[in-house]
Amino acid sequence: MADGYLEKRGFRAWAFTLDHKRVGVMYLWTTLTFFLVGGLFAELLRLKLMTPGPGFISDKTYNVFFTLHGALMIFLFIIPAIPSALGNFFIPLMIGARDVAFPRLNLASYWIFLAGIAVVLGSLAGPMDTGWTFYTPYSAKTGAAVTTLSFGLFLVGMSSILTGLNFIVTIHTLRAPGMSWTRLPLFIWGMYATSIIQVLATPVIGITFILLAAERLFGIGFFDPAKGGDPILFQHFFWFYSHPVVYVMILPAMGIISEIIPVFARKPIFGYKAIAYSSMAIALAGFLVWGHHMFVSGMSGVAAFIFSLLTFSVAVPTGVKVFNWIATLYRGSITFESPMLYALTFIFLFIIGGLTGPFLGSLGTNVQLHDTYFVVAHFHYTMMGGTVMGWLAGLHYWFPKMTGRMLNERLARRACLVMVAGFNVTFISMFILGYKGMPRRWAEYPVQYQTLHIIATVGSWFLAAGILAIMWNFWRSLTKGEIAPPNPWRGLTLEWTTPSPPPADNFEVLPTVTDWPYSYGRKEGRE
Amino acid sequence: MGGRRTYMLIWAALLLLTAVTLGISFLHLGVGNAVIALSLASVKAALVGLYFMHLRRESALVRAFALAPLLFLALIILGTLSDTLFRK
Ligand SMILES: [Cu+2]
Repeated sequence: MADGYLEKRGFRAWAFTLDHKRVGVMYLWTTLTFFLVGGLFAELLRLKLMTPGPGFISDKTYNVFFTLHGALMIFLFIIPAIPSALGNFFIPLMIGARDVAFPRLNLASYWIFLAGIAVVLGSLAGPMDTGWTFYTPYSAKTGAAVTTLSFGLFLVGMSSILTGLNFIVTIHTLRAPGMSWTRLPLFIWGMYATSIIQVLATPVIGITFILLAAERLFGIGFFDPAKGGDPILFQHFFWFYSHPVVYVMILPAMGIISEIIPVFARKPIFGYKAIAYSSMAIALAGFLVWGHHMFVSGMSGVAAFIFSLLTFSVAVPTGVKVFNWIATLYRGSITFESPMLYALTFIFLFIIGGLTGPFLGSLGTNVQLHDTYFVVAHFHYTMMGGTVMGWLAGLHYWFPKMTGRMLNERLARRACLVMVAGFNVTFISMFILGYKGMPRRWAEYPVQYQTLHIIATVGSWFLAAGILAIMWNFWRSLTKGEIAPPNPWRGLTLEWTTPSPPPADNFEVLPTVTDWPYSYGRKEGRE
Repeated sequence: MGGRRTYMLIWAALLLLTAVTLGISFLHLGVGNAVIALSLASVKAALVGLYFMHLRRESALVRAFALAPLLFLALIILGTLSDTLFRK
């Protein structure tokens, strides 16, 4: 068996590699680790919430744990998970290039990412209790190491900017002959839109962290009203980044779904251009709506009205995508291999996550639901039900290509069912809890909410069991899986034309593209 | 164009503008201070972009990419003003 790009072994072969595939694999291991750590904190939180009163961890520890769960999951897992890992691995392969445009910069991004992680973990030596949103005025005066943490996140953000920049240039300049923009795989369109957000939005959070540090270290009053500052200004800056960044999380996942659906429905993708352009539209519209996080913060009514109105505009391109996927499925020859199961799960869960968005974007209902479990359930349906499902779909779809081994299909399907069942039990309970008024981030709560909390916690055990089964499957298949053929799913995108795993320089001869990659059902495989 | 002479001239201009910015901060002009400081800073940023980052000689696509963030800057200012100008 050929080992392809995995042939060279040892520390140096990985740490100093310029191969985009190896960099992608390193990002994958790193982000996977934080996914599991963040998940562990989630399970501990759920365990505490079984009882309404004081529990096995103190309320202070509870604050620390939900901060860690949020901050680790958001910054060290879900933002880089798909772009930096799968994007790095597959963008060059899918556009027919030998590497990204700046391989050294790519490696540097990874090391800056690791340096950022080291600083972040260092800052957590003392308890961090601000929540992942770091709102002032509390974050400006808490004794926790906010300055160190934000410096770490500054580095993580810098890595994100450099990766985005690298991808934009790669997609512009390294496409194979004949690969016009309208022949680009939709995952690439998703990644292009994502990269633009990374480059434009991330500097704003970086600057915000600098302002926060300046306030903490030098007492400059950016956010402190006593010094002429404005605490809500922090929220404007924070959400100017953090709303668009939810599309850094979701657009690559949507791209993966757009690849998988036509392969397993054996039908050309419906509405190619609509899906491609809706990625760009989501990226742009995402910059117009940040104020919807601040309706009850004391923001002006005029601003609340404008932001609420604009928020609904995001629903349009999102709906376009969902309808196009469903239209692609219509009368297709659908098979339910594990990547397809995860992709369909994505659509199902994301519709719930998406449709509960407008409840929160509407001024009236927002006042009732703001900062309740309804919000928590909403974003877990979009982020876990959406991004994590898309990530898992992509991992199951591309595992044979990345490792040269097939997964255990039976286990993959069963794990998916257990996980999805657990997920829904957990988070539907939270929708109801939130609707009834249960506030987020409370360690103790009125006793009438206990039944639903217990149901949610039990659901989370099934969710965890499913995830562990998936991880076990990945781990075992690395050495014990069947040898993968170059194209196990009969896909038409370029990564399937090269061996599994691909050779170090991707293609023996750089491909020439003569058709778009979605002619499924018309011709089977490439001639 | 380009060459060492141009770079040195631009560098001198940047230093001069910095000195002017510093000097102005000692005068009390109210809002005028902020307006002048921000204008000078913008001129400096433009000089750096045009000469040190070679935007003068770049293709239209690259220039468009360099200018696009200004729109987003305008956006964050507009959105924030829609809050601060109308607060009760
Ligand atoms: Cu938002």
